[in-house]
Amino acid sequence: MTAYLEIDNVSVVFKARGQSFVAVQEVDIKVDQGEFVTIIGHSGCGKSTVLNVIAGLVEPARGGAVLAGREIDGPSPERAVVFQNHSLLPWLTCFGNVHLAVERVFGAKESKAQLAERTNAALALVGLTHAKAKRPNEISGGMKQRVGIARALAMEPKVLLMDEPFGALDALTRANLQDALMDIQAKSRNTVVMITHDVDEAVLLSDRVVMMTNGPAATVGEVLSIDLPRPRHRLQLATDPRYHALRADILRFLHERQGHPIAV
Amino acid sequence: MARSGLAAVLPPLFGISALVLIWALVARGSDYLPGPGSTLTSAIELFSDPFYRKGPNDQGIGWNLLASLSRVAQGFGLAALVGIPLGFVLGRFTMISRAFQPIVSLLRPVSPLAWLPIGLAVFQAANPAAIFTIFICSIWPMLLNTALGVASVPQDYLNVARVLRLSEWTVFTRILLPASIPYVLTGAKLALGIAWLSIVASEMLTGGVGIGFWLWDEWNNLNMEHILIAIVVIGVVGLAIEQGMNLVAKRFDYRSN
Ligand SMILES: Nc1ncnc2c1ncn2[C@@H]1O[C@H](COP(=O)(O)OP(=O)(O)OP(=O)(O)O)[C@@H](O)[C@H]1O
Ligand SMILES: [Mg+2]
Repeated sequence: MTAYLEIDNVSVVFKARGQSFVAVQEVDIKVDQGEFVTIIGHSGCGKSTVLNVIAGLVEPARGGAVLAGREIDGPSPERAVVFQNHSLLPWLTCFGNVHLAVERVFGAKESKAQLAERTNAALALVGLTHAKAKRPNEISGGMKQRVGIARALAMEPKVLLMDEPFGALDALTRANLQDALMDIQAKSRNTVVMITHDVDEAVLLSDRVVMMTNGPAATVGEVLSIDLPRPRHRLQLATDPRYHALRADILRFLHERQGHPIAV
Repeated sequence: MARSGLAAVLPPLFGISALVLIWALVARGSDYLPGPGSTLTSAIELFSDPFYRKGPNDQGIGWNLLASLSRVAQGFGLAALVGIPLGFVLGRFTMISRAFQPIVSLLRPVSPLAWLPIGLAVFQAANPAAIFTIFICSIWPMLLNTALGVASVPQDYLNVARVLRLSEWTVFTRILLPASIPYVLTGAKLALGIAWLSIVASEMLTGGVGIGFWLWDEWNNLNMEHILIAIVVIGVVGLAIEQGMNLVAKRFDYRSN
């Protein structure tokens, strides 16, 4: 029985200035349909690299990834990416940014009105209908990230890839967006692979947490199932001993077993 | 509000007055430099009839100015037509860029006037040779700035394009073009500046109608007032071109609206 998304024995080698550098080695991750998986690990261990392999933006030296029975070979809108730094095009409005993706994915079979409707629906989903005519430089960092998420969701991808989508935000905004993301997930169970370095975020959002060892040649150290019931509420979890036990598991992995990368 | 308006107007006014004062003082002690008064009288006379024609070599300053501007427009237009698309190709494809790099590096520092004899030899006429000179000198900044603009489009935007699997044409129209327009316009502005610098010099050499030729002709007539007027006119037109380009750049730069 193969999983919906399967990363199989992936190694990535970067060549820089004549030297080859093994960033990640023999990474195996399986993700079921509708599952929310986060990848956590110290900075520079190779999380983005793994995500980029799934996205098709980086080619593995060995191994490969399979999505819904098809070998991943280059980027595709069926694997939408929410980038670490939003990556909105500054000359397009919020609407324009989402519409560019919608047009590309559905433009061949749908009318202009339908495309606009999809775009509006995606912006409404992240609560940005009021800002749709604004340019990225006219909205806050949190709103930009929302547009990035709307753009990715509007593509109706088979898997949603998110690279530290809330990493650059303040704690309050981050909490708001996490709640918004959980709401969206409750309605439409997307298959999600998300990178984070925030332990609370990992426990709050995930069905499973994949913990990576430090690089070079980083690999999957441990996988933790988060069997907390949904819907989850951050305030209730704050006093839930199971939540704290899971949190402690991840912290122990990151700080005892993997130490601090600078100290290694 | 009124104070800041005053603060914006007074210093330049003061600077110009000081320049005119020094000019008047220097002119008083010199027997060839005309003073501001006689230059102004001469200018009023000149601009009262800028569009007269008394034969091929004696035309009003307006005609001369228009002739120069038209040469600049033609040379610059051709350079934009060639330089901007070529810049896009060089910026997008590293291999082609590497092939062109030595040629560009070698030819770019050459003074545009060095091309004038080649233009004259090829076209056997002064006017196309001058346009050719403008073409050559304005193509480099446009080509290089466009290529730089395209090459420095953030990888993030291109990753968006890759994930969406946009066609090369869509990448060009929706990403590369808008992202590099500020660079293209900077290149165009530099090119026009150089073109305006060069046209005066090349017209001095080729003759005919044009502000550069007119200036040289007035030197032969020893009409110093007209030479000073020509300098001011060339400066004012150059400034107007630059300000116009700034306005255009502001209008099309996604960062400013
Ligand atoms: N294009 C590249 N060329 C060479 N080395 C690279 C390249 N991309 C990443 N690396 C290296 O691979 C390793 C993993 O990088 P990666 O970006 O995947 O880390 P990360 O876990 O996402 O880090 P962060 O949490 O800081 O985003 C790093 O040591 C990095 O320097
Ligand atoms: Mg990263």
